[in-house]
Amino acid sequence: MRMRNTSADSTDPSPLFEDTSGGQGATSYNRGHEKGPGGYPAQTLLSDPMSNLAMAYGSSLASQGKEMVDKNLDRFIPISRLKYYFAVDTIYVGKKLGLLVFPYMHENWEVSYQQDTPVAPRFDINAPDLYIPVMGFITYILVAGLALGTQNRFTPESLGMQASSALVWLIIEVLATLLSLYLVTVNTDLTTIDLVAFSGYKYVGMIVGVVAGLLFGRMGYYLTLLWCCVSIFVFMVSRWEHTHILRHARVKGTLTRNKNKVCFKFHKKLTYKQGRLFPPIKLLPDCFRV
Amino acid sequence: MAFTLYSLIQTAILCTNAIAVLHEERFLSKIGWGADQGIGGFGDEPGIKAQLLNLIRSVRTVMRVPLIIVNSACIVLLLLFG
Repeated sequence: MRMRNTSADSTDPSPLFEDTSGGQGATSYNRGHEKGPGGYPAQTLLSDPMSNLAMAYGSSLASQGKEMVDKNLDRFIPISRLKYYFAVDTIYVGKKLGLLVFPYMHENWEVSYQQDTPVAPRFDINAPDLYIPVMGFITYILVAGLALGTQNRFTPESLGMQASSALVWLIIEVLATLLSLYLVTVNTDLTTIDLVAFSGYKYVGMIVGVVAGLLFGRMGYYLTLLWCCVSIFVFMVSRWEHTHILRHARVKGTLTRNKNKVCFKFHKKLTYKQGRLFPPIKLLPDCFRV
Repeated sequence: MAFTLYSLIQTAILCTNAIAVLHEERFLSKIGWGADQGIGGFGDEPGIKAQLLNLIRSVRTVMRVPLIIVNSACIVLLLLFG
């Protein structure tokens, strides 16, 4: 406390900034307006009725415009739904990343519900989220740029090319998944955003592969890529088989009577038609990358 | 394998055009893929073939007019800008 006072006293003669509150501002304001009424301090610019009205009108206009933009934007992109997918915390992200690389020990794949709405990802490790896919996408582009740089093949345009390539592959994969889901007529409660989230989980494996390739050379790259492909495959099949498809069958009431038959039928449908169809499609983009 | 967003748009337009030009009488019925040959019964399992035929028919009906517009725009742009 004492030190601050002495330093303030020592810097008084040469202040670092103009002190416009109080007397000095008043005199400059008075000099500017000759006909203005005397003794107008600078703060009464705000209490002038006309400018008050203008400020109030401007703020109401801004809030109206914001409301309109929100309403129109909400029609095209469901913002409130998107907020659910970004409600994550550090522990969830850490556990999810571990699960993506090593899904073999996880037993309970059920997504817990809370009065018919899925619980936020912060509270349930099995819930899909969009944070990891988005961050993984950006990190993958940066790591790919790094890998190109170590091979002296880097130009700034190549970074943009990698980004648009990866985005196009993601769109193709989501469309292929949607088409396959439509053809096999499995009624799920998977939304398109869920599919984007699941397709985005593969970037984690790709990043691990590229980093291993940078550290350990060609052999390390192929081995890690193989491991990550198998892990993502097991992760996807376990997740879809145990949660979304079977839950719908349970809701329809067919599970109670012929439990074994429905289980077997869905298992057969999923692993023979869908399971054989999706993971090879999913693994394909990994093989064709850098 | 460098794809751009432009090539994705081109691919989408070409694929949709390819599905939309499959003629119902002259071609699809000849190979057993007509619109009335897909629905086997009224079970709750349409099957993949029925879904595919449904998809082809709906692409043909829904995308006819937008495809006309998009194709005309593509032709004009390619003529102007090469």
